[in-house]
Amino acid sequence: MKSFFTSTSKLLVATALVSTLGSSLLMAEVKDKFQVSWTIYVGFMPWDYAQQKGIVDKWAKKYDIEIDLVQVNDYIESINQYTAGKFDGCLMTNMDALTIPAASGVDSTALIMGDFSNGNDGIVLKGTNKLSDIKGQNVNLVELSVSHYLLARGLETVGLSEKDITVVNTSDADMVAAYTSSEVTALTPWNPQLSEIMSMKDANLVFDSSAIPGEIIDMLVVNTDTLKDNPKFAKALTGAWFEVMALMKKGDKEALTFMAEASGTDLAGFKGQLNSTKMFYDASEAVEFSLSNELPNTMKKVSEFSFDHGILGEGAPNAEFIGMEFPNGKTFGDTKNIKLRFIDTYVKMSADGKL
Amino acid sequence: MKRLMNLRPSKATKFFLGLLPFLIVGIFYIIASDIRLMENPHDKLLPSLTSFSKAIDRMALTPSKRTGEILFINDTSASLQRLGLGILISAILAMLIGIPLGFIPFVRAGFSPFVAAFSMIPPIAVLPILFIVFGMGELAKVALIVIGVTPLIVRDLQQRVSEIPAEQIIKAQTLGGSTWTIVVRVILPQIMPRLLDSVRLTLGTAWIFLISAEAIAATEGLGYRIFLVRRYMSMDVILPYVAWITILAFLFDYFLKKITYKLFPWYSGAKENT
Repeated sequence: MKSFFTSTSKLLVATALVSTLGSSLLMAEVKDKFQVSWTIYVGFMPWDYAQQKGIVDKWAKKYDIEIDLVQVNDYIESINQYTAGKFDGCLMTNMDALTIPAASGVDSTALIMGDFSNGNDGIVLKGTNKLSDIKGQNVNLVELSVSHYLLARGLETVGLSEKDITVVNTSDADMVAAYTSSEVTALTPWNPQLSEIMSMKDANLVFDSSAIPGEIIDMLVVNTDTLKDNPKFAKALTGAWFEVMALMKKGDKEALTFMAEASGTDLAGFKGQLNSTKMFYDASEAVEFSLSNELPNTMKKVSEFSFDHGILGEGAPNAEFIGMEFPNGKTFGDTKNIKLRFIDTYVKMSADGKL
Repeated sequence: MKRLMNLRPSKATKFFLGLLPFLIVGIFYIIASDIRLMENPHDKLLPSLTSFSKAIDRMALTPSKRTGEILFINDTSASLQRLGLGILISAILAMLIGIPLGFIPFVRAGFSPFVAAFSMIPPIAVLPILFIVFGMGELAKVALIVIGVTPLIVRDLQQRVSEIPAEQIIKAQTLGGSTWTIVVRVILPQIMPRLLDSVRLTLGTAWIFLISAEAIAATEGLGYRIFLVRRYMSMDVILPYVAWITILAFLFDYFLKKITYKLFPWYSGAKENT
C-alpha cells in the first residue's frame, strides 16, 4: 500500500509539471519561433499566399526569427486555440477578438486591420425582397457571430428587433445545403457561402454589410505580451502583409489566381468577393482607418451587442467591463481592464518605409 | 504467500478503489485549473469549481433573461425527446426488418447485402441530402439518429435470429407451426431481450448522432448549447453539460438493463449459464 501512495504522489507531481509546462505557453518571453493560425476567408487568403510563396519566410529571415502560419479548418477552433495559448497570433474579426480572447482575459492586440466587410455578409430572404417581411420567420445563421450582429443592425433599420424573429443556429459549412431545404426562408451567411446562395433560385439580398461599412473588421490579432517582448515578430508580419497587398493592388494575376484556387473558387469568383471587401492595400489607408473616430464608435456598438447577448463572459456587469485602447489615445470601457488594443505602430512603420 | 490474483478486496477497499480514479482525475483537474487561473484569472479553459457552480446556477436554476425559461430544462427535454423518439423508431424498424432478414432465406438473399452496404454509409457525410429529404426541423434530427442507428440494430438482430437453434424451429414445425406462428411464438419472444441489449449497445452511437444533429441547426438541446457556447469557450457551461449527458446515458443504460431483467428473467439466467 505504501508504494501505491508513493506512486500516486509521483503522478501528482508529474501532473503539476505537465500543467506548468502547458501554462508557461501563456507567459511571454523573447523567442525566435512563432505560430499564427488562419482559416479560409477572402480577407485572410493573402496570408496563405505569403506563406506558400516564401514571403513570410523572407521577412522572418530579415529579423532572424521563424514564423509558421497554420491553417485550421474550423474558424472558432482557430480562435479558441489562440486564446488557450497555442498560437501567438490568429486571424479573426473585431467582434470575435472582443468576445473570445479579450473576454477570456487574454490581452490581445490588433496588429494589422486588413480589411472590412463591405457586402461580404448579408441577409437573404426567399421569395421576397423586403427586409420587413422577415418578421415572424426563422432565420438560419451562426449564432453569436458577426452574422448575428449584422442581423441585429439590419432589423434596427426597419424598426424590428430580435423578438420578432427566431434565430436558428446553423453551422457556416451547412448554410448552402440549408438554403435548398424548403422550410428555410431566411438566412444570414457570409462569403463564399453568400455568393453561392445568391446564385440560387428565389434568393433576394435584402441587407448587407455595405450598409454598415467599417463595422465588421478582419484583423491579425497577436498576444500583447508576446508582442511587447518580440517587436521583430510584428515587424516581419507587417512587412510580409504589405508586400502581398502591393501585388494585389496592381492586380497581379498569378497572386490572385493562387488565392482564388486556395479558397475553392476561380479568378472571377474571387474578384467578386474582393469587390465586397474593402481591403486596405496601402498602409496609410489602414493607419487612417485606425485613427478614425468611427472605430471606437463601432467597438462600442459591438461591445453593447455582445453584452446584451451574454457573450462578454461570466461576471460582466455591463458593456464597459472590457476596456479597449485605440491608437489616438482614446479608450472605451474600464481602463483598468484593457484587454483589446488597436495599434498603428507597425503599420505606420510600413507606411513610412521603415520596416 | 498468496498470489495477487487470489487476493480479494474487502467491501470498503473495493469502494475506495472504485472511487480512486475519479479522485485522481478530480485532483489533476483542480491542480491544472489552479495553475492556469494563477497565470490569468479570466482563463476559461479550465474553470474553477466556483465558476462551475455559478454556471450551473445560471443555466439550471435561474430563468433566462431573454426568454424567461430555464435553459437547462429546455435543453434536456428537447434532447431527450429527440433521442427517445429516434431510438424508439429505430428499435421498431429494426425488429420489422431484422426478423424476416434473419429468418426468411428469400428475404435474406434479396436484402442482406444491401443492408450490409447501407449500414456502412456514414450519415454525416451525406448530410446535405438528408437536409433536402427531411428538411431542417425536428424531423431531420430524429431521422439522423434513425438512419445512423437502425442498420446497426438490424444487423445484430439478423445475427441473433440466425443463431436460434435449428432444433427449436424443427420442433415447432413438427407441432404444426406455420412460418407466421413460429415468428410470433418462437422467434419474437427470444428476440425481444436481444433487441433491448442491442439498443443498449447502440445508445452511445445514438448520442453522437443527436449531438451532431443539434450542432447543425437548432434552437435548443444539449448538443446545441455545447456548440453555441463553444463560440466563446465557456467551458464552465460545457463541462457540466458533458457530465450531465454522461449521467443521462448511464441512467438510460441502467434502466434498459433493469427492464430486460424484469421482463425476461430467463434471459439473464440463460446468459450466465453460457
